[in-house]
Amino acid sequence: MLELLWIVPALPFLGFLLLVLFGKHLSRTGVALIGVGSVGISGILTILIAISFITAPPAGHHFAQTLWVWIDVAGFTPAIAFYLDSLSMIFMLVITFVGFLIHLYSSEFMLDDDGYSRFFAYMNLFIGSMLTLVMGNNLLLLYLGWEGVGLCSYLLIGFWYQDPANGYAARKAFVVTRVGDASMAVGLFLLFKHFSTLNIQSILTQAPDLWAIGAPVATAAALLLLGGAVGKSAQLPLQTWLPDAMAGPTPVSALIHAATMVTAGVYLIARMHVVFALSPIAMLIVAIVGALTLLLSGFSAITQVDIKRVLAYSTISQIGYMFLGLGVGAWSAAIFHFMIHAFFKALLFLGAGVIILTHHHEHNMFKMRGIRKQLPVTFWTFLIASGALAAFPLVTAGFYSKDAIIWYAWSSEQGSPLLWVAGFVGAFITAIYTFRMVFITFFGEPRMEATHKPGIRLKIPLVVLGTLSVIAGFLNLPETMGHFTPFSDFLHFALPAVRTFHETLTQEFFFQIYTALASLVGIYLAYFFFIRKFEFIVQFTKTTFGAALQRYWFSGWAFDWFYDLLFVRPYIWIARINKEDVFDLIYDGIAAISRVFNRMFSFTESGRIRAYAMSIVIGAIIILTIAVVL
Amino acid sequence: MTLTFLYLWFVIGGILAWISGRWSKNFPRWISLGFLSIHMAVLIIIWIKYLAAQSAGIQSGPWIMEINVPWIARFGIHYSLALDGFSLLLIVLSNFLGIMAVAASWEGIQYRIGFFHFNLLWILAAIVGIFLAMDLFLFYFFWEIMLVPLYFLIGIWGHENRTYATLKFFIFTQASGLFMLLAILGLYFVHGASTGIYTFNYTDLLGTPMSGTTAFWLMLGFFIAFGVKLPLVPVHTWLPDAHTEAPTAGSVDLAGLVLKVGAYGFIRFMIPLFPEASFSFAPVAMILSVVGIIYGAVVAFGQTDLKRLVAYTSISHMGFVLLGAFAWNQLALQGALIIMLSHGLSTGALFILVGDLQDRIHTREMGKMGGLWDTMPRMGGYAMFFSMASLGLPGIGNFVGEILVLFGVYQVSVTLGIIATIGFIVATIYSLWIIQRAFWGKNTQSWKLHDHNPREVAIMVIMVVGLMWMGLYPQTILNTSRQAFKNMRQYVYNVFQPYHQKSSAYQVNPARDEMTEKSLNTAQIKPKDGDQK
Repeated sequence: MLELLWIVPALPFLGFLLLVLFGKHLSRTGVALIGVGSVGISGILTILIAISFITAPPAGHHFAQTLWVWIDVAGFTPAIAFYLDSLSMIFMLVITFVGFLIHLYSSEFMLDDDGYSRFFAYMNLFIGSMLTLVMGNNLLLLYLGWEGVGLCSYLLIGFWYQDPANGYAARKAFVVTRVGDASMAVGLFLLFKHFSTLNIQSILTQAPDLWAIGAPVATAAALLLLGGAVGKSAQLPLQTWLPDAMAGPTPVSALIHAATMVTAGVYLIARMHVVFALSPIAMLIVAIVGALTLLLSGFSAITQVDIKRVLAYSTISQIGYMFLGLGVGAWSAAIFHFMIHAFFKALLFLGAGVIILTHHHEHNMFKMRGIRKQLPVTFWTFLIASGALAAFPLVTAGFYSKDAIIWYAWSSEQGSPLLWVAGFVGAFITAIYTFRMVFITFFGEPRMEATHKPGIRLKIPLVVLGTLSVIAGFLNLPETMGHFTPFSDFLHFALPAVRTFHETLTQEFFFQIYTALASLVGIYLAYFFFIRKFEFIVQFTKTTFGAALQRYWFSGWAFDWFYDLLFVRPYIWIARINKEDVFDLIYDGIAAISRVFNRMFSFTESGRIRAYAMSIVIGAIIILTIAVVL
Repeated sequence: MTLTFLYLWFVIGGILAWISGRWSKNFPRWISLGFLSIHMAVLIIIWIKYLAAQSAGIQSGPWIMEINVPWIARFGIHYSLALDGFSLLLIVLSNFLGIMAVAASWEGIQYRIGFFHFNLLWILAAIVGIFLAMDLFLFYFFWEIMLVPLYFLIGIWGHENRTYATLKFFIFTQASGLFMLLAILGLYFVHGASTGIYTFNYTDLLGTPMSGTTAFWLMLGFFIAFGVKLPLVPVHTWLPDAHTEAPTAGSVDLAGLVLKVGAYGFIRFMIPLFPEASFSFAPVAMILSVVGIIYGAVVAFGQTDLKRLVAYTSISHMGFVLLGAFAWNQLALQGALIIMLSHGLSTGALFILVGDLQDRIHTREMGKMGGLWDTMPRMGGYAMFFSMASLGLPGIGNFVGEILVLFGVYQVSVTLGIIATIGFIVATIYSLWIIQRAFWGKNTQSWKLHDHNPREVAIMVIMVVGLMWMGLYPQTILNTSRQAFKNMRQYVYNVFQPYHQKSSAYQVNPARDEMTEKSLNTAQIKPKDGDQK
């Protein structure tokens, strides 16, 4: 079964190729069959491989497959080769499974769009690239997938290309992530220089021998890779592209900008965990980046009016949690949160998509209100997912995954009370903005009517993901609640377990109570302010301070403004002012000088004999004078 | 004989195409295509044989083929041609782009068709000659010959501002060529004075003993000539004008081949002939390349003329080539070659695209474009692909080249490696700008245009396939050129070891040194890994 590994990414690529070549001549059904089918088969295959991988694990719990040597120059031999271990297995499962559900959903969602086959072509290309990213056995192949998903993200954000605003958002996403990618590329150069290979596993095994803990070069390597990770995963300071990326069709936001691509940074850090573990400073920076990002974007989420932008900021914030988990060495907790987040955040986006589709493409929550009766399935699944996002205690998966990270932020060896506070406050804010969104959108007096009922292909993914948002949490129960942990046990074949101080169970129990309370109080406050006493908020935003604060948070802490001032405008200014190429002035100058001489000399060639005779005489006199004087 | 055939065939083809133009418009086209195809067939046979010999482990001297007979014996001028993997690939590229140029001008050129094809084939003849010549006199001869048909090509079939552009192009290249002539003569006399043998032969001139100052000045002569062709900032300004004003076929040849001639000169002649002088000059050259990478990209972004934008991107890409040449390790050299080939395809394709676009809307101003995807999705798709190639998307040939160069350069200079990587970001900015201005956005001018026709599609598909091949399985090319680069590095290391000695003006830290040594070892002394294959 494992030998079929290469087919998993090959199928979506094949789907892409077919759609590009024949998409125009196919009916919508045909397009959907290829687009959804390729990912579906790939998903089934992944599940079969997973079953075989778990029931009959290969030696060393990993499996490698080389297709061909990609480049072979003087010892530089990255191959097109795949590597399967529990980490890539989990990512593959999430990518193909959630990816399939979103493709299914899109086949109805995009039905009226002219670019139906173009859409599925891009989506298939994305799935193929994303799989390559997580399956690549060397960093260059990972980089290929990494750039490939970046391209798809660009193409899909700008899918409705007629609107220049979408094109701008797409370019912004590409360029900003490319800044991170450049840093990552330098990281690869550095790693190759020291290890003479880009094979991930051999780097990981060699690193502890070659580098001491805390070696500056290890820190440099880790930080350069982190640069790539913050770009792709929209973390500080490169987070600005994600909210704008919501310009793309909603299934794209669900697939790329919530469930899969934006977590590539998390994957990269987890994959290269040995390098990071060698540098305590880099680990601390990862944790701090995560903590700051989760707080800043949480506050921004509270002020948004566009439902998709709330979700975008929430995605940034939740990935911040994953970074926090990675930074304190809680590798499997971070990956667990990635999986759970993929379920509930994809669901939230898909739910939002249904709302938007059935309400004249309206994104503004305040213009909808009270639509829970119009879309019951959407409402209930959205509510479940919101509960998971807000980490509603005990019954939602989000509680278990997020609680683990917050707990380790405290108890891990690299943890600290400050990191815990960030996670704790973040949980509180998350509950507020999530249920603010729920209460505004679904409760109150309806202001709009749904134009039509969502079809079955929209509903199935909602229900499936809704179910997973509840039950998936039981895959990893904390020590205080049965300590049933198949998920992290599985991951520990690839990632080391978190090292904690010996905290007692009682302590962990109390910390769980805190987290639970944060969530519940947050939800209550959202209820209080956005249902019961909405006028408080209205009053507050009318004060000078309130209005300023709201504007500031709304703009995402003015990062865009700042970058615009610091990078974008100067760059455009220089390019504009130098359109004619300053170096041409030199040559124009030389040309002008020779023209001046030309004019001077041609003036002497007047054709008048008198002038010629005169100049001969004058010349003769000068020469004679010189001769005499000298 | 075969080597003579390789360029003479185009000379004959050109004359026939010109003559046949009297009778029919289509004769020159078909004759050119026929001559090119036969030539290509010969090349492919040579190539396959060489690869087979390589994999069988048969090493027969440094050249695949060579011919060396006295020509003007009393001056030591030889009719000396030789072919190795490096030049073979560049000749294949020349032929390939020649076919593309003929195909691209099939409908666009309606005026003096015979003479047009004569020029096209003669450019190729001269370029093939440049890649084959192993006698400096002969090399200079082909080098100068190349300009004439190119001058006519731009001057007769070019766009509005062609007179200015041709003049500028001619003066720049001619003037810089003179420096090379001086340097060649200087080398000739220096070699003669110290050994008593007056010769222009490349292999004899290698390792000519001379003082550091002499070597520096002679090296500089070559550097200027090749630098103008490449082109290097600040002597690049002929390029945007010439490329923009040239007809599509001319732009393809300029970007795809003429620039490569400069890069070829650096790698084949300048560095092996003057290793020590070249590497003490390397910091300057490498900084100029990095400046070119960034500067070209920034200026490209500022352009409003689409063709001019594409022209400026060449400056940026060729900067990587020179950077790779001066890093002079196997990684960087192989990367530089891959860039030369893939840049020829990707930029050539972009010029063809711009030409197709200009044929339809009669302007190159990006302000008049926008929303063209609506009406020409096929062309949009190809433009997207080649823009992605240009920004270095993995899976496409340009990425393989640039990343190999960067891996190689990083071994030699961390700082330059990092700065050059910024090239990836600036390339993204202009590449996406092309798409935005031309194909995305609103179709404000309400263009209703014919999408690519089958002929145009065929050109694009071939280019796409070529680039994907280089992007995903560059090994065919890397295997072909491996031995050639190893030989050249060997000449150089026999005399001088760059990035090795503390005496070098180029300061290297021990860690870096060790790596250079390591890559040297793998590459030469004890061939292992891929080097056996």
